[in-house]
Amino acid sequence: MSESEFDPRPYASVLDDREDHAPGDEPVEDTGHWVLNSNIGLGFSVILTLAAFALANSQIMYAPAIPVALIVLAIAQMGVHLVFFLHVTTGPDNTNNVLALAFGLLVVFLVVLGSMWIMHHIAGNMTPMSRMADVPF
Amino acid sequence: MIDTSLPAAREVARRAHEDPYRLGHRDHGAGPVEGAGHGETGPARKRIIVGYGFWIFLLSDIVMFACFFAAFAVERNATAGGPVMSELVEMPRVGWETAALLLSSYTCGLSFAATNARSKLWTQVFLIITGLLGLAFVLMELSEFIGLASRGITPQRSGFLSAFFGLVGLHGLHVTLAGVWLATMLAQVQVKGFRPEIVHRLICFNLFWHALDIVWIGIFTIVYLIGAIT
Repeated sequence: MSESEFDPRPYASVLDDREDHAPGDEPVEDTGHWVLNSNIGLGFSVILTLAAFALANSQIMYAPAIPVALIVLAIAQMGVHLVFFLHVTTGPDNTNNVLALAFGLLVVFLVVLGSMWIMHHIAGNMTPMSRMADVPF
Repeated sequence: MIDTSLPAAREVARRAHEDPYRLGHRDHGAGPVEGAGHGETGPARKRIIVGYGFWIFLLSDIVMFACFFAAFAVERNATAGGPVMSELVEMPRVGWETAALLLSSYTCGLSFAATNARSKLWTQVFLIITGLLGLAFVLMELSEFIGLASRGITPQRSGFLSAFFGLVGLHGLHVTLAGVWLATMLAQVQVKGFRPEIVHRLICFNLFWHALDIVWIGIFTIVYLIGAIT
């Protein structure tokens, strides 16, 4: 075999031996790892949920900033769920999962922000209902 | 053989490592393994392919929810003189719904830990707890909708209410269908045991259930909490 026809097999041990895996799945881990992950995920989620409900029912913050703070808490909790419940991480074995997630998020943001932006401008350019009678059809 | 202590050889090894045709499993030292994706032993294991395919489906499901979220965001002020969001929110009920769904996500994770340990009893116990918490969630949501309907708050009242019932109802429908799936899995685990295809279905079920909880985080934050204060 020539040098150009490089056979990777002899290098398996110098290469990273972690496997690709699907979300929610880590075949090589033991039960303690799963239970620990669930416990950590639940702990963080409870804290973030309680913080969100407490914040929404209190006056401790500048009121117009509360929705932003709530959205930040929600995104943080979604991250906790992804990592500790769905086991989607930044590891090399998870590249495909993260890329699919990134594409999904792109579509989600395009749909949500695009709709809000377009509909806001349409609403701004609409004839007010009080003047609709004057519009010649 | 190439001496990998040399920088150039390291570069060759790195390229081989990043070769797109080597997607899937890498070999674990002792030669090619089953399902290593080396082109020699076939593609990645079915367990990986099934889980990844279901992940793609889940993302498409989340895109569908994004459309309903967008409709809600656009329609939230289109109340046509009817009730606004803050009149709809019952904070304690939303709190209990959130608690039920979060705990069910936790027990669902524990059921999969038991599946990995091949414990049929604990898999079933945690799946049943998950199902009961999901049922509690659906019943709370149903009684919320019935209570709203008895006050004349129905989807046909305004554009805002159509979007509200569409979004929250779609999530409730997902939880209901996931409950049916859960009951099916209980029966399949009992009758067929931990055969590979049953474990694959349990992986997918877990992903689905956790994804529903992620969608609920968006709903309780954007629809209920922010709706109650603005």
